[in-house]
Order: sequence, then structure tokens, then C-alpha cells
Amino acid sequence: MEKSILPKKRPLQKSLKARDNELAGTNKQLQILDGGIFADGELPYFKDKISEIGHFPLRPNKLEILQINVGYMCNQVCEHCHVDAGPDRKEIMTRETMQQCLEVIKNTGAHTLDLTGGAPEMNPDFRWFVEEAAKAGIKDFIVRSNLTIIRANKKYYDLPDFFKKHNVHVISSMPHYTRGKTDKQRGDGVFDKSIKALQELNARGYGMPGSDLRLDLVYNPSGAYLPGDQAAMEKDFKKALDEDFGIQFHNLFAITNLPIARFLDYLIASENYEDYMYALVEAYNPAAVANVMCTNTISISWDGWLYDCDFNQMLDLKVASKVKHISEYNEDLLNDRNIIISQHCYGCTAGAGSSCQGTVA
Amino acid sequence: MANSYYDPADLRKFGKITEWSEELGTKFFDYYGKVFEEGALSAREKSLIALAVSHVVKCPYCIDAYTKDGLQRGITKEEMMESVHVGAAIESGATLVHGVQMMNKYNKLSM
Repeated sequence: MEKSILPKKRPLQKSLKARDNELAGTNKQLQILDGGIFADGELPYFKDKISEIGHFPLRPNKLEILQINVGYMCNQVCEHCHVDAGPDRKEIMTRETMQQCLEVIKNTGAHTLDLTGGAPEMNPDFRWFVEEAAKAGIKDFIVRSNLTIIRANKKYYDLPDFFKKHNVHVISSMPHYTRGKTDKQRGDGVFDKSIKALQELNARGYGMPGSDLRLDLVYNPSGAYLPGDQAAMEKDFKKALDEDFGIQFHNLFAITNLPIARFLDYLIASENYEDYMYALVEAYNPAAVANVMCTNTISISWDGWLYDCDFNQMLDLKVASKVKHISEYNEDLLNDRNIIISQHCYGCTAGAGSSCQGTVA
Repeated sequence: MANSYYDPADLRKFGKITEWSEELGTKFFDYYGKVFEEGALSAREKSLIALAVSHVVKCPYCIDAYTKDGLQRGITKEEMMESVHVGAAIESGATLVHGVQMMNKYNKLSM
């Protein structure tokens, strides 16, 4: 048989960190994002772009979302993961830090609590934390679930019931409505497990038309290209998932992959980095700048540090504020800060904009 | 100057053709943009037509651009390949249908 011209898939087993890859270090990543085609003047710095429309320094609007990353451990090793999450990551939020978070949750002006990871469900104190946080009566309580975790082990099988009990808003990743594309990005068998998990959630009322149990899906491209129109993608996903599997969901969020960690590694290894950065800069939409998610979000890491967003967390760019840690949290002081930016920020201003809640423009 | 006729990086510079003829360049890009908007045909359908035509006119820039465009729209590789076959079928059909001309001429010249 002749050799296929298609690249052979190399399934990821380990995080960049476990592989001692130089991109596991944030300095190297920031060097790349600040250097090359940007340092050469071929492409403009993000700072210069937002200066043109008077948005530099970028400042927060009203705080709406507290996003807590409860740990980088995950049952999957997705090729595009900006967290560099995986089974080998041991960074897990302790109950003590969770308690500090709960104090903040009780007093915050934010209306949305957003738990993410890794797979947040793998934190041993996850359920305790959800139970306690749900008591704070926050309006929208999100858990970002990768779906497969629900089918990964018996001890997680009752998660759909647990989510329902606490009226958790489930936001799940689903790279595509076809098996091939999903498994290529996230690993073999991910598609079938995800479908099964979605059916379980539907059976509890999640995602059904008119249901208060919110189930949204996140789509992000499986490669070096930007997401298409969110509404059109949502239509395609709804049609395909309903026709093929009888699955219902509420909204689809199309999220742009940011050139960080494993996605950056992929872009460089596949020689797509420059083209991708060109595409991001070309798709820059000034109208998206005012609503980028760092203007209404605070991101908290597993060890309690505060960041402008989950991406800055992964680049270890802590907030430029006197208050840098959950133990000294002060919302007024935090809201009076300049947001830290670099060239990865182009990912959130491309096209209709991108955030953890989908498009912003 | 590059030492080959096609440089993938030139695709990014397509917009620059406007610099040497602003009026015509702008008119072209306005027209181009309008053509690909949602209409009686969806933007998705137009993308697949564009991919097929890209192959028929053998434009490497267009093939790159519309493969990427298709990926962005969630078009599957099966759909893309079928569209390429549509282009190939029309192109080969266009060659073969001339076979009738050959047959006509043959018959006319033969006793």
C-alpha cells in the first residue's frame, strides 16, 4: 500500500510540563508572542491596535463573572489545550483555598460563578465546593465539563443528577458533531463518550427546549483556523446532533483557540504559527474590544492567585493590582486596574470576538 | 523577488492589489464580498462551489483559502472531496463531450 500523504496522528499522552517541553515555561511562550513577526514590525502589537481606538490601557467594566480554576488535572490530553491539562497535572485547589473563594463568592457583586479546570470534577473537594457555593445564591452557576468525565469512571456516573440537584449550568466542549473531528482533537473514543454523556444530561432535562437546566456547548476549531459564524455553527450542530442522536442543547459558543501552551506548540510544530497570527490580526474587530471577557471577569487559579482571564493565568500574568491573591481579595481595588495584554489577546478580538461565553461583538 | 511563481505568503497580500488601482481593486473586493454573503444560496454552499471552482481553475491560493474557509464553517472533508469531484467531473466531461465533435467529423470525412 502506498504511503498516505496525510500526517500520521500522534496521540498526546502527556502534558508539555510532563514532557519537559520548553513551552511549558511561560517565559518562552511570552517571548514567542512578543517576538518574531511582531518584533519585526510585520504585524502590529495588540497594544498599538487598541491604542488606535482609545482602549489602551485596557480597563475593566463592572465585574460580572468569577471564574475559578479548581485544578489542571484532566482525564483528557487535548491537543489544543491552553491549560496544558492532563492526568499528570497535580495542581489541585485545596479546601482551604476553596474556603477563601467561598468568602469571596458570598460577598461579590458578580452574578456568575464559573468553575473550570482541567476537569473540575476531578478535584476531590469538587462536590463539597459546589454544594457550599450553591448556597451563596449566585444567579448563574456554571461548571465547565468535558463530558467524557461523566462516563470516565463509575464514581462520576451520578454527576448529571448532582448538577441537577444544585441547578448547575453545564457548559461542555464538543469540537464537532462528527466522530472523526472530535476524536482527532480530543482522543479516540471521546466522541462516543460525549454523546452518551449528553444523552444522560438530556434525560435529566438538561438542554431541553424551555428547560431551566441550561446546557450549552462549546465549539472550538480542531486546527489552525478560526471558528466560523456562531449562529450558523449552532444551526448545523443542532440539526446534526438531533438527527443522528436525538440530542438537544441550548446554545453553542464558538471559541477561538488562543496561541498558548499546547495550541501554540501545535501551531509551531505544524508550521502554522505565522499564518494563524496573520489570520487573528486580519480578523481584528475593534467593536469586540470593549466587551472582551477580561473586562467583566476575574480568574482565580488553583493556588488562589488572581488573573485577568484564564489565558493570562496560563501565562502566569497576575493582575496588575495591589491585590494579587484571593486571601486579600478586594473587589473595588481589583476593578481599579489595568488589564495585562499581549499578542494572544488578538484571539479574543477576532471576528465576532471570543470569550468563555462565546462571541462578544 | 521570490524564485518561484507561487508563494503562499502572497495570499495574505492579495488586498494590496488595491494600492496600484484603488478604484478597480475596491470595486472587485466589494463585489467579491457581496457574492459570498448569505443569499438564495447559503454562504456554506457558496464556499463549496468556490472550492470546486478553485480546483478547476487550478489556483493554489484559492485552494488554500477555501479549504480553510470550509474548515471554519465546519464543512467536513467528505463534503470537500465531493465538491472537488464535481469540479473534476465537469472538467473531464467538458473534454469528453468534445468527443462528439470528433465523432461528427470522423463520420463526415468517412465514406
